[in-house]
Amino acid sequence: MSQATAAPKAPLTHRLRTWVGDNALRIYAVIAFVYLLLPVAYTFAFSFNDAGRTNIVWNSFTWDNWLNPCGAPEVCPSVVNSLVVGLIVTVVSTILGTLIAFSLVRYRFRGRSTTNLLIFLPMATPEVVLGSSLLALFLNLFVPLGFTTVVLAHIMFCISFVVVTVKARLASLDPRLEQAAMDLYASEREAFRRITLPLVAPGIAAAGLLAFSLSFDDFIITNFNSGQFTTFPKFVYVSATRGIPPQANVIASAMFFIALAIVLISQFAGRRRKEV
Amino acid sequence: MSIAAAIGDTLQEEHQPNEPKRKGKWVPYLLMLPGMLWLAIFFVVPIVSLFLTSLQTPVPGGQVGEFQQTFNFANYWDTLSDSTYYIPLFRSFVYSGIATLLALAIGYPLAYAIAFKSGKFRNLLLVLVIAPFFVSFILRTIAWRQILADEGPVVAVLRSVGLVGETAGVYPSAVAVIAGITYNFLPFMTLPIYASLERVDPRLIEASGDLYAKPFTGFRKVTWPLSMPGVVAGTLLTFIPAAGDYVNAALLGRPSNTMIGNRIEYTFLSVNDYPTAAVLSFILMACILTMVLVYIRRVGTEDLV
Amino acid sequence: MAKADITQAEGDLFLENITKQFGDFRAVNDLSLQVPQGSFFALLGPSGCGKTTTLRMVAGLEDPTAGRIRIGDADITYAKPYNRPVNTVFQNYALFPHMDIFENVAFGLKRRGIKDAKQQVDEALDLIQLSQVAKRKPLQLSGGQQQRVALARAIVNRPSVLLLDEPLGALDLKLRRQMQLELKRIQTEVGLTFIHVTHDQEEAMTMADTVAVMNEGIIEQMGPPTELYESPRTAFVANFLGQSNLFPAKVAETSGDDVILEDSDGRFVMPKARVSDRVVTDPGTEVLVGVRPEKISIARLEDAAPPPADGNFVDGRVTSASFLGVSTQYEVTTHGGDTINVFAQNLDVHNLVPQGEDVRLSWLPIHGFVLSGHDDINAGVEKNV
Repeated sequence: MSQATAAPKAPLTHRLRTWVGDNALRIYAVIAFVYLLLPVAYTFAFSFNDAGRTNIVWNSFTWDNWLNPCGAPEVCPSVVNSLVVGLIVTVVSTILGTLIAFSLVRYRFRGRSTTNLLIFLPMATPEVVLGSSLLALFLNLFVPLGFTTVVLAHIMFCISFVVVTVKARLASLDPRLEQAAMDLYASEREAFRRITLPLVAPGIAAAGLLAFSLSFDDFIITNFNSGQFTTFPKFVYVSATRGIPPQANVIASAMFFIALAIVLISQFAGRRRKEV
Repeated sequence: MSIAAAIGDTLQEEHQPNEPKRKGKWVPYLLMLPGMLWLAIFFVVPIVSLFLTSLQTPVPGGQVGEFQQTFNFANYWDTLSDSTYYIPLFRSFVYSGIATLLALAIGYPLAYAIAFKSGKFRNLLLVLVIAPFFVSFILRTIAWRQILADEGPVVAVLRSVGLVGETAGVYPSAVAVIAGITYNFLPFMTLPIYASLERVDPRLIEASGDLYAKPFTGFRKVTWPLSMPGVVAGTLLTFIPAAGDYVNAALLGRPSNTMIGNRIEYTFLSVNDYPTAAVLSFILMACILTMVLVYIRRVGTEDLV
Repeated sequence: MAKADITQAEGDLFLENITKQFGDFRAVNDLSLQVPQGSFFALLGPSGCGKTTTLRMVAGLEDPTAGRIRIGDADITYAKPYNRPVNTVFQNYALFPHMDIFENVAFGLKRRGIKDAKQQVDEALDLIQLSQVAKRKPLQLSGGQQQRVALARAIVNRPSVLLLDEPLGALDLKLRRQMQLELKRIQTEVGLTFIHVTHDQEEAMTMADTVAVMNEGIIEQMGPPTELYESPRTAFVANFLGQSNLFPAKVAETSGDDVILEDSDGRFVMPKARVSDRVVTDPGTEVLVGVRPEKISIARLEDAAPPPADGNFVDGRVTSASFLGVSTQYEVTTHGGDTINVFAQNLDVHNLVPQGEDVRLSWLPIHGFVLSGHDDINAGVEKNV
């Protein structure tokens, strides 16, 4: 092979084109993330605004809102309401949805596709329709609106999401693992308890977190079915016309960091578990 | 990336070989009984109830909000021929259609970058995509109101470039509503697309280049078709909630930007004209289901092959 | 028959008239066999031949549609998988991903309530030489290590019968060779009955005392590897195990202990002992003549010695010659139009026959074999990977 004395560099235009081609998408991604997170940053920043009643224009910096998050009326009671609703909804919908997911993945039975359709439909129906149809039912049956109707409604729309999440995890589980357990003298029940359940648990946990966040953040369905009962999103929406107290931003920012921490820690723990 | 990917999976009926068979035919029914009963009572029955409500008529001489069960199908025609209803309905589909296209245009390259260019930061970036969800939906929309306000940064930039006049603004307007919808549902678009791009073997793209496809042709003939399930799931997950949304229109728009969701809410909760509101809900659901079916069928048969 | 305790059953494994039907498809068809206690038995066949289904029925993961399965005197046909003294090494190992290696191996012992599990697990890990990874998770091991853990997890229970479902299928060639020897060593050491399912004929022949060749739900032939190779009973076995030259011929006459066969290339002599028991040697019967490529010697026609009185030969032309290092593979088209493959050892590289040469092929009568003319001449060919 003949060798050149000095390797010629690629032409400048070629290098420029390559660099742009390699990095254009990365630059774009950075911009897109700025776009995605800008409102979050705004919400966080305005939690430090010394705003008084209307928190729309920046006034001056203060720690007061963080030191006194329940300072504005109604903020904390509505958060407590949302948390209580969210917890009940999470427990019930996770149990009901997980049972459905198991029967759909583990059994062949008549009516399976109808079941799948019934799971899919609530996810394909706009929230106004879900909310207004439940309201129509409650009105026709003279059911008083409030805490109970909100919980009933939230569980309904969370079930489908739980089913779908747990089902995905369950379907990726190798059926041979259970067979191997039974081959190794574990009865059906033991195989379920020692193999299936521990392996599906992360999926169930993810479904639970999803259900909680859906319930906690729901506004439209809640607005139709809550009567005088106020959740945190409803409180924010209703006070939007009068002006939202900065304490709402405090609560929202705190929730944001807590959720982010949970997700990051679970990811980190997941990686550690694989490595060690 | 559970939700979105999983929904994508349900759309294509799953196929699972090698499943353990069990005895006891009633077991699966027993397992799903409570959950399905719940869905029957609080989803199916309400839809039926909604339909019945849509056929009710006011009690003669009764108070506001008093109705009796009739089968007055004329409600549908009366509502549909009223421009205070059909214009917002039409507007809903225009706004949510534009927002879905915008979300696709923004979300697809983002999903592509995460799938192929992110290296070891991939998981972190995925967390950042869903991070906006950790802040209340309503508060994010209100943050947009601040960002797009006349004193906000966007208007300042646009004015200095001369795209917006000194007295004109962005909020409140149709543009603001569409921008808000696009923003709020962008993760729903990005995640399923990412999920299907992640399964694309990068060697396939190299192979297409090896076989004389220019980068764009390679994308069009290989990557795009393979990511189609994600695009379908993403557009549905964006379009469906967008079409029924009323928060963005209420917080970012003028009265002239009202969407069908606003009408339904107003008619139901403020006017207490339940039959009309029920008619609107029912029509919205019917329209969306029809569009979804047509869309899945079209995309499914032509582009997925 | 005394009702024996199934979980303690010992003895030979019997499959009696086992049939397994999946809808319209009959995966296993009236299959009977006996596996002597302590032997290394291989079920060999192409994918879809019913071998894995057979294995799963022995393991208790499928119920037979008809027939019985026994270990010694104990009927285990419908016993639950966890009640029978049978353990399986699964195809992709099926190691429990959330448990470490020690816990995986101890799993079966713990389920049976055995107290001093630790010592037995340590011994099993010693046997597979992996004591040092006891605290790791399965995903942190290499494929070969996972394979050995799967083996230890089954063996530690000292089952009467150990089933291996394509256990080496996921390993690369070199590792597979190594594991073959290791499996054989472990089997000799522990003395358990091993039933090994594979589609790899070399693997089956290397390890097993007895090989059963399965095709379309039935056993075509069963015996020691040498017997199957030297005296195949059907065209499927002849083609699936190694390579064979098969060409159609007719029985011309019988003389003493020999059968004289005839085809377009001339006459061949075959000892009656080399004729499959499925063939009647009446004159006019259509048969297949078979001879392995390495048993044929090739010579340039001009150099060829006059044909010996008791040998078989055929003349033809070399249509391709591939130099493989150890040997050279020739493809020869005979004057009668048959294609014959020949493997010639490369004793002397100067003696290679170029393409286009006229050659004479010859072989000893006892090196040939005669199969039924009703067999599909190509059965088992393309699946022989």
